[in-house]
Amino acid sequence: MKIIENIIRNTKPKFEKGGKYEKWLPVYESFETFFFVPAHTTKQGSHVRDAIDLKRSMMMVIIALLPALLFGMWNIGSLYYMSIGETHSLIETFWFGFVKVLPLILVSYGVGLGVEFIFVFLRGHEINEGFLVSGMLIPLIVPVDVPLWMLAVATAFAVLIGKEAFGGTGMNIVNPALLARAFLFFAYPAQMSGNTVWVHGISDGKVLVDGFSGETILGQKINGVTQAYSGFVDNQLSTLDLLIGNYAGSVGETSFIAIAIGAIILLYTGIASFRIMFSVFAGGFLMASLLNAVAPAGNILMNTPALEHMLIGGFAFGAVFMATDPVTAAQTGKGKWIYGFLIGAFAIIIRCLNPAYPEGMMLAILFMNVFSPLIDHVVIQSNINKRLRRAKVSHVK
Amino acid sequence: MSTEKEPLFSKKNIRLLTGPLGADNPITVQSLGICSALAVTVKVEPAIVMSLSVTIVLAFANVIISLLRKTIPDRIRIIVQLIVIAALVIIVDQILKAYAYDISKQLSVFVGLIITNCILMGRLEAFALGNKPWPSLLDGIGNGLGYGIILVLVSVVREILGSGTLTIPGIGEIPVIPQGAYDFGYVNNGLMLLSPMALFVVGIIIWIQRSRNKELIK
Repeated sequence: MKIIENIIRNTKPKFEKGGKYEKWLPVYESFETFFFVPAHTTKQGSHVRDAIDLKRSMMMVIIALLPALLFGMWNIGSLYYMSIGETHSLIETFWFGFVKVLPLILVSYGVGLGVEFIFVFLRGHEINEGFLVSGMLIPLIVPVDVPLWMLAVATAFAVLIGKEAFGGTGMNIVNPALLARAFLFFAYPAQMSGNTVWVHGISDGKVLVDGFSGETILGQKINGVTQAYSGFVDNQLSTLDLLIGNYAGSVGETSFIAIAIGAIILLYTGIASFRIMFSVFAGGFLMASLLNAVAPAGNILMNTPALEHMLIGGFAFGAVFMATDPVTAAQTGKGKWIYGFLIGAFAIIIRCLNPAYPEGMMLAILFMNVFSPLIDHVVIQSNINKRLRRAKVSHVK
Repeated sequence: MSTEKEPLFSKKNIRLLTGPLGADNPITVQSLGICSALAVTVKVEPAIVMSLSVTIVLAFANVIISLLRKTIPDRIRIIVQLIVIAALVIIVDQILKAYAYDISKQLSVFVGLIITNCILMGRLEAFALGNKPWPSLLDGIGNGLGYGIILVLVSVVREILGSGTLTIPGIGEIPVIPQGAYDFGYVNNGLMLLSPMALFVVGIIIWIQRSRNKELIK
């Protein structure tokens, strides 16, 4: 740390006004504030400056994402070796997934930061959040075999249309990472859904062990499989297996336990809102129970137990990392409850009643992102009305 | 009103013709006629036919309403305008059905829906009712072409990215993306075939236009 501090101190004059690299000041500042809390002090008013600024809290989210990321890497290796019928050590399995996921992360960060830096120079503002969290979320919510150029196009689209068009960090209406996924899903459905994209190598036509299937659990349920399995039909998944998450899916979404560790970190540090996180699960659970009660006998998705709905697909990942995005979520306390509840409920509705889009979480969150300002407006307005009524009554007395 | 005779192509009249192509564009600035811009811009050919149809209908309707402007009672002017537009649209529709049946089928209901295109009513109300036939004709052609430019721009982007081709009337479909790119793993963007993407493309055009022309920013 001392060395980095010295480097940053010594190079500072070069970037300041009149220095050699004056133009690159925003880039320099972004690195400086990445490593150290900026030394600004408040000049006016009585604002309290906390050491936890935007960058520090963003880094906490990255730390919370690490368990899901690491587990996802191991899971990819594990499923790949299962599909070709080999067994390897833990390190080798993890290494295989690491090699597959690293390019996704690099492309996501490279393209996203590239677009962001271009806009910093065009508009002359500072780099602040700098795509830190979105860049890590995007690789975690795509299938491992997504072509890198598609990921690059989607990331550029998300940063450009989802964020910069609205004015940059903190101004975006929808979650950029989810927008990137939605773009991929609708633009290149063959590479984003189906039963060959979730395990590495199937789409390239590698020779598989007989009977291996790379379908996600939601995919199996749509195709009429009652008992979820991983890879082989015999390899049935118990609730504990679903919690651990060794089955096909997007890179980071499968393990409930890894996501739960992330959730605990986020809640402990107070970065994510417990209201949203809790109410997403509550909304999903209640809606799934309701659908269970009215489900016709043959409908597998509607008959899936409510608790299982929470564990499969991207429900947990969306609830913990996507719905709680402070920029796009509702801001008021009561609004957060409503916002989260509706996300959970809509996700299950889309999942069960529209088989064309088995993963309803993405669409539900994007949908409620758009509605969150309206929710806030209603909450605030009703509060104002309530207080006005109270004021009138006391006046009459 | 001046008694002096104005030259046919005075500066003011030229501006009527060219204004809608740029700073006074019906789609990007006046926000009129966006619905049909979403619907018919998947391929270039229907977009061109559509914009020609709208230009013709708008030009004639403007002239007819402008000729009638002193005799139309104020209270029923909307009905009169609608009748004029509807008659012209039916003529265009019949001509398309007779001479360009395939495209007419592609455009399907959207030719009939020219009647409800906001540009038409907008221009009749805002311009033809208060101006002489000649400026009205120029205004109609100008706005029709302004609408057409955006339609063609959007459809070129959507067809190249969505289908990898360009369909030019009279020549047919030309592949734009080389086969080699597909062999290399390139895939057409399916989102471009869905209408929401037209909205994004129109939005990007508006963005570019406003960042070049600061006067448009309110």
